Amino acid sequence: MASKTGNSFIDNLGRIYGLFTGGFLLFVVVLAILEQLGLAPKIIGWVFLAATIGLYALIGVISRTSDVAEYYVAGRRVPAVFNGMAVGSDWMSAASFIGMAGSLYALGYDGLAYIMGWTGGYVLVALFLAPYLRKFGQFTIPDFLGARYGGNVARAIGIVAAITASFTYVVAQIKGAGIITSRFLEIPIEYGTWVGVAGILVCSMLGGMRAVTWTQVAQYIVLIIAYLVPIVWLSYRLTGVPIPQLMYGQALAEIAALEPVLGVTKPYAQPFVQMSQANFIGLVFCLMIGTAALPHILMRFYTTPSVREARVSVGWSLFCIFLLYFSAPAYAAFAKLEVYKHVIGQAIANLPAWVTNWGNLGLITIKDDNGDGILQVAELTLNPDAIVLATPEIAGLPYVVAGLVAAGGLSAALSTADGLLLTISNALSHDLYYKMIDPSATTTRRLMVARTLLLIVAAIAAYVASTAPSGILVFVSWAFSIAGAAFFPALVLGIFWPRATKEGAIAGMLVGFGLTLFYVLTTSGFMGLPKYMEPWFGINSIAAGVFGIPAGFLTIIVVSLLTKAPDQEVQALIHSVRYPNLEPERA
Amino acid sequence: MQITSRMREYWQKNLQLTAILLAIWFVVTYVVAFFAVPINQVTFLGFPLAYYIGAQGALVVYVAIIAFYARHMNKLDRDYGVAEEG
Repeated sequence: MASKTGNSFIDNLGRIYGLFTGGFLLFVVVLAILEQLGLAPKIIGWVFLAATIGLYALIGVISRTSDVAEYYVAGRRVPAVFNGMAVGSDWMSAASFIGMAGSLYALGYDGLAYIMGWTGGYVLVALFLAPYLRKFGQFTIPDFLGARYGGNVARAIGIVAAITASFTYVVAQIKGAGIITSRFLEIPIEYGTWVGVAGILVCSMLGGMRAVTWTQVAQYIVLIIAYLVPIVWLSYRLTGVPIPQLMYGQALAEIAALEPVLGVTKPYAQPFVQMSQANFIGLVFCLMIGTAALPHILMRFYTTPSVREARVSVGWSLFCIFLLYFSAPAYAAFAKLEVYKHVIGQAIANLPAWVTNWGNLGLITIKDDNGDGILQVAELTLNPDAIVLATPEIAGLPYVVAGLVAAGGLSAALSTADGLLLTISNALSHDLYYKMIDPSATTTRRLMVARTLLLIVAAIAAYVASTAPSGILVFVSWAFSIAGAAFFPALVLGIFWPRATKEGAIAGMLVGFGLTLFYVLTTSGFMGLPKYMEPWFGINSIAAGVFGIPAGFLTIIVVSLLTKAPDQEVQALIHSVRYPNLEPERA
Repeated sequence: MQITSRMREYWQKNLQLTAILLAIWFVVTYVVAFFAVPINQVTFLGFPLAYYIGAQGALVVYVAIIAFYARHMNKLDRDYGVAEEG
C-alpha cells in the first residue's frame, strides 16, 4: 500500500526536515531567551524532554501502517541521504553520545580504538554486505541465512545470535534513557526507565520500520546539533576559532607540556600506555567486524529503493557518524586541558564551580589523599559521562544548552533502542513465527503478532534494565565480538564463495558464536563469575572476536570442502545478488 | 538466466576494486596502528601524527573509500549493462 500521502511525502523530505531543523533551533533560542527572563532550569528540562519525546511520538503516530513491507522495511522507499541519517542515529547510542568523549579522556590515544573501529566497520558494510543484501531484498538478516543455507537450522542460529547481540544492547539503551530522564525530570530512575520505554514504543508500535526510520532522521538532527553546539562554543572561547576539530591539536600540545609538570606518568597522546598494542589492534578488528555484522544496522540497508542507493547510503551513513566521532576527541582534549590548567594543583576549597556541581551529583570524586589541601592528579576521578555533560558549564553556557545536551543524549538512546527492539521482535515475528511456525498466516495476523511481540520484548527489556546491576553495560562491548563471530563469516562467504555449504555455515556460526561466548564468560569475571581461565596471549575479553571470527571463517571453509557443493538453486541465488539487474528465480 | 563472459568480467572488476580499497583500509588502520609509536614523533597541524590519523585521518579515508566505491560501481553497472532499471 503506497499510502496517498506517501509519494508527496518522499518528494518533500528535504523541505520537511529543513523546516524541522529550523523549528528546533528556534525552539532552543526561545527557551534561551525565556531563561534570561527568569525561567527555572527545572522547567527548561521538562519542556525539552516533553517537546522532543512528544515530537517523536507524533511522527510515530503519523507513520502508522498496516502494510507488511512498510512495517518491516519502510516500503523500500527511503532515499540514500535520509537512510544515512537514520543509520547514524540507529548506530550512535547513549554510550557514543555521552560516554565516548569520557573514554577518550580516560584512555587518550588508546581510546581511538573505538573511534576507528566504529567507523572503519562501515567500509566492510559497503564493500561486502550492503549492496548484496539490498539486492537479495527480503526483510531480516536470518532471511538471508535461511535462503542461502537452505532451511531453518541456519535461520534459527541467526535468530539466537541476533537476539543475544541485540538484547543486552537494548537493555543498556533503556538504562541510558532512564538515567537521563530521571536526572532532568528529577524523578526516581525506575520511573525514568518506564518513561523511556514509552517513548520508544510510541515510535515503533504503530508504524514499525517506517515510523522508526522517520523518527530516527529527526533524532539524528537533534543529537548532532546537541553534540556540536557546546564544543564549537568552547573552542571559540578557548582558541578564538569555532572549529574544535582543528583546534584541539593545540590543546594536545599544551597537555603534553603540562604532563611532566603535574607528574602524569602516562602521556595522553602516546600510544599503548593504557592497553597493549596487541589488545588495541585486536579491539579495532573486533569492533570493525562487529559493526559490519550487527543486524539492526544491516537491516536498514533493505529500506533503500535500489542497489545504487544502498551503496551511496553507506557513504552518507558513515558521514553522519563521522560528524560526531571526529568531534568526540575534541571534547576529551579540551576537558583534559581545562582540568590540567584550572583544577589540578588548585586548593581543594577553591575549585571551579562545575567541579563542585558535578561532584555533588557523584560524577566527579575528589579525595585529598595526602591531606595537603591541594588537588593532585591521582586525587581526582571523573565518571566518563561527566565530560560531555559538564562541557556546557566549562564553556560558561546557559542552562538551556545543558537541556539541549540531555535531549540529544535521550535521542541517541531512544533511536538505537528503536532499531534494536525492532530487530528482536522481527526475528521472532517474521523469522520464527511466520517463516518457521505458520507460513500461511495472513498479513493482519503477522502484523498483530509483530506488534504484540514488540510490546512484550520492550517490557522484558525495561524490566531487566530497571533491575539489572550496572555491570550489564559491559556486555554491550562484547556484543560486537559475538555478532561479528556469528554472522560476518557466514554472510560474506555466502555472497563471495559459492562453494560455502549449509553444513559449513551452520558449523561455522556455532563455532564462532560459541567460542566467543565461551571466551567472554571464562576470562572476564563478568557479574561475579570466577575467572576460570587465563586469557590467551593476554587478549582481553572485549576483543574475544580475535579468536571467534577467524575460527568461524576456518570452520565454514573446512566443513564446506568436506561436504557436497550447494545445488543449482543456491548458485542462482548467488548470481542474483551479485548482478543488480538479474531477477531472482522465484516461484 | 545464463551468466555471460561479460558479466564474469564485471564481477572480476568488482573484486579487483574491492581488494584495492580493502588494502587502503588496511594500511590506514592496521599498518598505522602497528607503527604508531614512531609515526607519533611526527607533528601534523599541531597533532602527533598517529593520533591525528586515528582521530580524523583514517575516518576521512573511510568516507572517501565508500564514496569512491559507490560512484565507481554505479558506473560499472551501467557500462556492463547490469544496472537496475529505472
